[in-house]
Amino acid sequence: MSEIPHLLVHEHDDNVGVVVVEGLTAGTDMLCCITHDNSTFRLTSGSDVPIGHKIALQDLKEGDTATKYGEDIGKIIADIPKGGHVHTHNCKTKRW
Amino acid sequence: MASKYSNMTVKAFRRENGRVGVRNHVVILPVDDISNAACEAVANNVKGTMAIPHAYGRLQFGEDLELHFRTMIGTGANPNVAAVVVIGIEPGWTKRIADGIRATGKPVAEFSIEQNGDFETIRAASWAAKEFVHMTSEYQREECSISELWVSTKCGESDTTTGLGSCPTVGNMYDKLLPEGITGFFGETSEITGAEHICQKRAINEEVGERWYKMWKAYQDDVIFAHQTDDLSDSQPTKGNIEGGLTTIEEKALGNLEKIGRTSQYIDILEPAEAPQSGNGLYFMDSSSAAAECVTLMAAGGAVIHTFPTGQGNVVGNPIVPVIKITANPRTVRTMSEHVDVDVSGILRREMTIDEAGDELIDMICRTANGRNTAAEALGHREFSMTKLYRSA
Repeated sequence: MSEIPHLLVHEHDDNVGVVVVEGLTAGTDMLCCITHDNSTFRLTSGSDVPIGHKIALQDLKEGDTATKYGEDIGKIIADIPKGGHVHTHNCKTKRW
Repeated sequence: MASKYSNMTVKAFRRENGRVGVRNHVVILPVDDISNAACEAVANNVKGTMAIPHAYGRLQFGEDLELHFRTMIGTGANPNVAAVVVIGIEPGWTKRIADGIRATGKPVAEFSIEQNGDFETIRAASWAAKEFVHMTSEYQREECSISELWVSTKCGESDTTTGLGSCPTVGNMYDKLLPEGITGFFGETSEITGAEHICQKRAINEEVGERWYKMWKAYQDDVIFAHQTDDLSDSQPTKGNIEGGLTTIEEKALGNLEKIGRTSQYIDILEPAEAPQSGNGLYFMDSSSAAAECVTLMAAGGAVIHTFPTGQGNVVGNPIVPVIKITANPRTVRTMSEHVDVDVSGILRREMTIDEAGDELIDMICRTANGRNTAAEALGHREFSMTKLYRSA
């Protein structure tokens, strides 16, 4: 891959991806890579998101399930637009 | 079937009981907290020895006391330790620990403080320690198969890059080396929460999987739900995990479990600090997810090298076991490179495959076994943290 990806996604079923570059700013035309098969797509970031933090790959609504690794990683507790930052302010564990 | 890993050898120390160690420590081991000062004095007198001070060993009872003995005996018995001087306040428990270590066949000397005082104990123990240093410093490394290594893993200060890069690197190493006959350890009971359905299925058979699930569930019921106040989200994920982008325990657990790769299956379950009894293969050790506690328990179980994926940069080490740090986070590589042994940040840039990263880790395991000091060893990280199950009497 000649261009370094901005966002990595584990599986095709996932609805969140991980920022893997430092200093990502809102409005970046991100190269996104699905690590399962190295397929790529593009997505525009909705806000400044630190390295390691997640971005929504589609509009997510309160009550939806966040999916990563093809698995349930928690519930969405506030609406998140496609490209938006997903973290503890809008996503929570279902366990404790 | 022979693979390119089948004929790999390392230069290591073969101990009296046949086990292979990669370090040659002379340890001054306190039975209890109040013997720390005497042990540290002996280690100061005799260069080439190491005291391992700790906080416990008095008025423990029941399962908690058994764990104390298992941790002490296991630490002394570890093949990275060539000889041990045991010092306790009184002779009873001192003898129990010394005899437990002696079963390996390695040289052990024991001393107790009551009716001698610190001065006399330190004098006598220093003579014994000096003899052990002379003797063990002449031990030679010999060629051993890589299959004879016991390699543990536990990750720390994880973030989303650990699940993408450093944990799959360890998993790839296990997928390649477990078939060659190494013995592996993973654990972190609370941190499988959210991935327990996957972990149960990775047992060698249904019976082992059911025993694993019961152990995991018992921790949920007896510890987490019994002591829970609000929720655990300030502790698990940790503040460092959250800073690194991990939002929930489920997300953290799924990344954590990447450490056992794609094909590896565990063959049995171990109590904390318990040594494997079921032959070569991968074991799940019931253990805390706190780095120093977990590494200490796995070292007491007999692991001689620890592989430690980190995202945000956990700096943990261990007194007797070299801890190899692996990170995929480019910011951690940039800001904390003195702690990093294996940089796999190329995985995030898609410049390095998991297969290549696994081979780099295997190379680092061989170099570490041959004597290369890890970052944690060079920086003097010797965290030794006992796990305690409940309040002392």
